[in-house]
Amino acid sequence: MNNTRFGIFGGQYIPETLMNEIKTLEKKYEYYKNNKEFCDELNILLKNYAGRPSLLYYAKKMTKDLGGAKIYLKREDLNHTGSHKINNVLGQILLAKKMGKKRVIAETGAGQHGVATATAAALLGLECEIFMGEEDTKRQALNVYRMKLLGAKVNAVKSGTRVLKDAVNEALREWTNSVNTTHYVFGSVMGPHPFPTIVRDFQSVISKEAKEQILEYEGKLPYAVVACVGGGSNAMGMFYNFINDKNVRLIGCEAAGKGLDTDKHAASIAKGEIGIFHGMKSYFCQNKDGQIAEVYSISAGLDYPGIGPEHAYLHDTGRADYVSITDEEAVSAFEYLARTEGIICAIESAHAVAYVRKFAPKISKDESIIICLSGRGDKDVAAIARYRGEKIYE
Amino acid sequence: MNRIETAFKNNKLFIPFITAGYPNLKKTEDFIYQMVSAGAGLIEIGIPFSDPVAEGPVIQESSQKALGAGTTLEGIFNLVENVRKKVSIPLVFMTYINPVFKYGYDNFFKKCASVGIDGIIIPDLPFDEKGEIAPFAKKYDIKIISLIAPTSEERIASIAKDGEGFLYIVSSMGVTGVRTEIKTDLQSILSSVKKVTSVPACVGFGIHSPEQAKKISQISDGVIVGSAIIKIIRQYGETADKHIYDYVKTMKSSI
Repeated sequence: MNNTRFGIFGGQYIPETLMNEIKTLEKKYEYYKNNKEFCDELNILLKNYAGRPSLLYYAKKMTKDLGGAKIYLKREDLNHTGSHKINNVLGQILLAKKMGKKRVIAETGAGQHGVATATAAALLGLECEIFMGEEDTKRQALNVYRMKLLGAKVNAVKSGTRVLKDAVNEALREWTNSVNTTHYVFGSVMGPHPFPTIVRDFQSVISKEAKEQILEYEGKLPYAVVACVGGGSNAMGMFYNFINDKNVRLIGCEAAGKGLDTDKHAASIAKGEIGIFHGMKSYFCQNKDGQIAEVYSISAGLDYPGIGPEHAYLHDTGRADYVSITDEEAVSAFEYLARTEGIICAIESAHAVAYVRKFAPKISKDESIIICLSGRGDKDVAAIARYRGEKIYE
Repeated sequence: MNRIETAFKNNKLFIPFITAGYPNLKKTEDFIYQMVSAGAGLIEIGIPFSDPVAEGPVIQESSQKALGAGTTLEGIFNLVENVRKKVSIPLVFMTYINPVFKYGYDNFFKKCASVGIDGIIIPDLPFDEKGEIAPFAKKYDIKIISLIAPTSEERIASIAKDGEGFLYIVSSMGVTGVRTEIKTDLQSILSSVKKVTSVPACVGFGIHSPEQAKKISQISDGVIVGSAIIKIIRQYGETADKHIYDYVKTMKSSI
């Protein structure tokens, strides 16, 4: 089983009860990913339902303002349900249906993956239950109601620290109970093999399109592609088709929260150490006894103590660079993009925008940089207002 | 002969589980002595982990409280060292892979051997990933106790063939926790196991009553109980000693 890993990272560290299921999933996925009927069906959904291809938008005002490389935004925020999550979810739920599953479960942090899963489950006629940390259900109350509107049951997780990692714990626990009838739609490039590969493949449509689009507009590859990283699915999707283009820099932006010198961050590459958790060997924020740390970010979607194993590998091999962005930088970038380009992006994506604000001025005007704008920011408006001291409640 | 082998010789074991450090390490030590005097054949000592994905609410809560009370790995090693001075039955750790990984596999198993641990159960380290720790566990003669689940099917034979110490047969789907009824066809799993190995097979997850224990002990080599004991500690706290003794005594005499 050498193909379960990226270098030393990845693997299948999960309870025995789930082992037969993930081995079956691997076989089914290997079959369907090359099955014409399956691919056609998925492509039709991506085009006619999710609205792909997503635009590659030249951010002219931002480019001019920063005075360096040309900036392009890969507009995943314009997808149906408002983020890149739908790319993975349509693939996995279609796969779950082919596998004869009647029900799907998923974890969610900000609620984007939960909404996408509930949406696809409604469309394809599967029962759906979403696990969301109780803290996050408060931070993202509108998304909770959205999921309910879409017919999903939302389970507010009260165990542990009541955020994303606890939602994953609880979804895994539920999966060991119902694995015979239920597929667990992992929302990021994490968890036990084959999930990091499946999610990356379904998200790689982002870089497949972006590469064609940038070649059409610029006639050459970009200098860099930049994306925010929690578990890392939009970043893997944005990086994947550029990995072999050695001159294209791959940059992931982690959440530095209130600063890397505090314990209020979620920067698993910058501050974490190698560990084994949630089915995978990768980098995790943890204490000296190997207890997983409580992490923090203003962005519920980046508020996760680990990172997908392929990112850990890209980091260790030096192929990708990982930088950290604070809450303050992300919020400023969120406001900046709104004012400059008229786009309210997700606070997660704002971490990538924030880095490019610092980085683009140093890069030649002849070059281009693509930011993966992973989601739209409607869900964050109230929280940002509160961050700025406005008393707005949803 | 390893203490685990000796314990199972002509014996069916009652195996209680206890979360180390719940409510504190001093009481864990006392509770272990109560279990031993009441007839426990082997004790599973849980090293609490922040995110125990195989556990139900009762053991989750005990882990969180033990960590909240400041329980550390070093503290648990000291506990075992003290217990080992007075107790000769096998002691095995139950924990998750990350605390073991973080401590360093060689250091961890060396320390286990030096304090008198006989085996280890790691629910998030399935058979396929056993190679991760196998060379280190072998070097210090710590038995890796593999789990077999209701969904294991054709995996049973390979897991059992490679079994050591004892095999942990997971009685039910889902996580740990008391269940009124065990629906899995344990007979069929146990006969597949017995076909390929003479390593003892014990059943755990969901068992709490003497009636269940009696029934399961007739087809297996031992009965493992966790949540039911943790519930006693949750109810009586630092004064749970006698209640633990009585419960273990009743369970032991039913098998």
